[in-house]
Amino acid sequence: MRSGWEVVIGLEVHTQLATQSKIFSGAPTAYGAEPNTQACLVDLGYPGVLPVLNEEVVHMATMFGLAVNATVAPRSVFARKNYFYPDLPKGYQISQFELPIVEHGELFIGAADEQKRIGITRAHLEEDAGKSIHEGLDQSSGIDLNRAGTPLLEIVSEPDLRSAKEAVAYMRKIHTIVRYLGISDGNMQEGSFRCDANVSVRPAGQEELGTRAELKNLNSFRFVEKAINFEIDRQIDLIEDGGKVVQETRLYDSDKDETRSMRSKEEANDYRYFPDPDLLPIEISPEFIEAVRKQLPELPAAKQCRFVEQYDLKAEDADLLTGSRALADFYEAAAAATDAPAQLVANWVMGDLSGALNRDGLEIAESKVSAVDLAGLLMRIHDQTISGKIAKQVFEAMWGGDGTADTVIEAKGLKQITDSSAIEAAVDKVIAANPGQVAEYKAGKDKLIGFFVGRVMQETKGQANPGQVNKILKDKLGN
Amino acid sequence: MSANDRELHDRSMTELTAGLDSGEFTAVELTRSLLDRIARFGDQLNAFITVTADEALAAAERADKARATGDGGALNGLPIVHKDIFCTRGVKTTCGSRMLENFISPYDATVVAKLSNAGAVVLGKSNMDEFAMGSSNETSYYGPVKNPWDLSCSPGGSSGGSAAAVAARLAPAATGTDTGGSIRQPAALTGTVGIKPTYGRVSRYGMIAFASSLDQAGVITRTAEDAARMLAVMAGFDERDSTSIDQPVPDYVGGLGKSISGLRVGIVRQHFDAGLDPHCAKSIRESIAVLESQGAKAVEVDLPNLDLSVPTYYVVAPAECSSNLSRFDGVRFGHRADNADDLLDLYCRSRGEGFGDEVKRRIMTGTYVLSAGYYDAYYLKAQQVRHLIADDFKKAFANVDVIAGPTAPTPAFKLGDKIDDPITMYLNDIYTIGANLAGLPGMSVPCGFVDGLPVGLHLVGPHFAEETLLRCAHNYQQQTDWHDACPEDFK
Repeated sequence: MRSGWEVVIGLEVHTQLATQSKIFSGAPTAYGAEPNTQACLVDLGYPGVLPVLNEEVVHMATMFGLAVNATVAPRSVFARKNYFYPDLPKGYQISQFELPIVEHGELFIGAADEQKRIGITRAHLEEDAGKSIHEGLDQSSGIDLNRAGTPLLEIVSEPDLRSAKEAVAYMRKIHTIVRYLGISDGNMQEGSFRCDANVSVRPAGQEELGTRAELKNLNSFRFVEKAINFEIDRQIDLIEDGGKVVQETRLYDSDKDETRSMRSKEEANDYRYFPDPDLLPIEISPEFIEAVRKQLPELPAAKQCRFVEQYDLKAEDADLLTGSRALADFYEAAAAATDAPAQLVANWVMGDLSGALNRDGLEIAESKVSAVDLAGLLMRIHDQTISGKIAKQVFEAMWGGDGTADTVIEAKGLKQITDSSAIEAAVDKVIAANPGQVAEYKAGKDKLIGFFVGRVMQETKGQANPGQVNKILKDKLGN
Repeated sequence: MSANDRELHDRSMTELTAGLDSGEFTAVELTRSLLDRIARFGDQLNAFITVTADEALAAAERADKARATGDGGALNGLPIVHKDIFCTRGVKTTCGSRMLENFISPYDATVVAKLSNAGAVVLGKSNMDEFAMGSSNETSYYGPVKNPWDLSCSPGGSSGGSAAAVAARLAPAATGTDTGGSIRQPAALTGTVGIKPTYGRVSRYGMIAFASSLDQAGVITRTAEDAARMLAVMAGFDERDSTSIDQPVPDYVGGLGKSISGLRVGIVRQHFDAGLDPHCAKSIRESIAVLESQGAKAVEVDLPNLDLSVPTYYVVAPAECSSNLSRFDGVRFGHRADNADDLLDLYCRSRGEGFGDEVKRRIMTGTYVLSAGYYDAYYLKAQQVRHLIADDFKKAFANVDVIAGPTAPTPAFKLGDKIDDPITMYLNDIYTIGANLAGLPGMSVPCGFVDGLPVGLHLVGPHFAEETLLRCAHNYQQQTDWHDACPEDFK
């Protein structure tokens, strides 16, 4: 943060709703189909066709509204946003303007002890446009209308964010919530989750807001952070050099890591919004809202608190484990299937398991070791059949498809040695082989205990119980 | 004269159904005879943009087969015409515009599908004002339609082709659409029956939109009974049109015979102001007297904001049309300018070449009234006035069952007389526009002649009072024979 300046950021997050069909037509919404194979006459804006609202989006928007403690409007209205563009078949986008479906929400970012409230001004329903294709077409442009009519929920924050980091934290929170609710797949590569950022700066302490620039189409958390930081610097530099920020729309170029002007306020479209006469207002009854409330899943914040209480986890760990519903479910399934301490389960899920998933680029749902199998492995640590170190070896084998923990331990003979006489024999052997170190130890060099433990473990191929080894060593070395 | 003595083209749908049922003639014979008339008179009237002779004969054959096996629908074998605003699968649908000169619709409008499913035989697509914007049929890219009663006169518009075709006995019924009077005014000017149902009564799906909150499909026939038959098939909820209303369709035909004794007929004071031709006024008063002779009671009512209806309409309708017509951009269908320099050039020239003057005028007006800084003063204000006008009707209908008055201020006017004076042209719809702004059903019934040109009696009812309008009109037609008069050159 540059001293003497305050940054003010508001985000508009565009979330694609995970419906089977489009918001105003029966065409499918699946990603990646051949161009123009998922656009029906309604999506193509043919003469005479009419939009019919997909009721599912109302349900989804209501879920979101309740999840962020917002007002779900008893009556909201679709409006037409008029502008010409080849990927906009009707010459207008059906959106919501004066009366959105969700208003006055909030969420909290930051750690438990220093939470910050971020207001959510509104969330409104709208249809996505198609896309223009320029590659591979000589002297002309193509239009793919598969995406036209895909349902979006545009979530607009208050200008409560004060840094790029906060903006990213807020966006991540929204991302987590919509995925928890199951209303969006949140896939950023496919454009299902993207945002525009309104950024302005003002001298610290000044009440009045600075002139803002709108950064368009930021489709990764990293780009959001980089684009905002670039923009903050650009604006402060400009002002410090005696210039003025102009209100404009800017595009972030991730290759050059810079933002550049798309159009200024003077060139901005007059969208001529007016209520769409083809669609009735959305009317939502209190009964409907209550029914949706009852179906709401446990939300991240509540789950995090419960994890701390129920499993006695550290707050950071609970936060991490509740980052997605699938991860939290995995954790709970594993914890339920073992007597091992909940913290141990947490360490393994966040550690080796997450590491293996990252390494192989897999989602938690695709994990090669199931929650129950992981629990089986941790059980063997807990009952001292194997040590934690051996467990890592067993886990890798399980990940590689060698079967359950018990199968691997059995097949590889990794069972921990807890037979005192066997350990004693190994200890005796190590003491006999290292008279010099024994003498030093006895002379007071306590640290050498690690050396002896290591040697004994080597002698037993890592299978001796480390606690027992320690104890027997100390007894025999007489200290 | 009994039905059997009449020529086929002069018979009503009811009479034709009896003839088909009795085997007096087949649907193919009936269709041929009307196609012959269309071939004979079509060019004089310019009532058709497309004649679908082959499709019609094939449909008539199917209708004859269905009748033989007893499978025919309510309109089995009856020839009709569709206004060229209704999308018809595999058939050119121009909407009276160069923009859609070569547009073949890939689908059927709901109205088209319903009528076809009921066995109706479609003879062709009728001429109309471009995108239904006009009151004289002169804005059509395909040239004006002539009034069968005087070929130098306009048949009215925008459903002028449908009205002229029915008046000239080229078809017993034609579909139309009515945004500000586009069914009722041409019906009045051609001596036919025209009904615009309650907004939402008939699906708008597949009807090319002009002003979505005002557009409503209806029908032009020669008798109220035929209108009831057509409407019974066309009306009803359509899941493809969110503004269509899910309410059962009453038995329109069955209700026709009921008496109008005790029916309270509202006479609007403001209707008989200076704007109304005195001869027309006389016909209207006489026709109200006929209703009174049948037991109806005339009651004076006020529509104090009537004079605001035209200006209100000419804010709301252009606003909606400016947005509705944005899809005609030369990108996916319709007229596309050759050799565009860039995207803007493609838009400007495709639209500049594809649209006519009246359409451009309304798009510009609509764009203006929706613009930032003008929205509140125009569009929002017009919506407020629209509520006032609707309230006026609501108050009036607290005391009367139906409002009766003139459909148009004058009989048919000469082609060319008003086309260069939009304001005078717009005022032609002063009596009809209120029903569109308030979403009410309205109907025009032939009620006399002035200098050999027909005059129409306008009936307006509360929401979903189509049954009352049809009953009132049917009752009136039982007492009068204006609707039987056939223009001399088309007998």
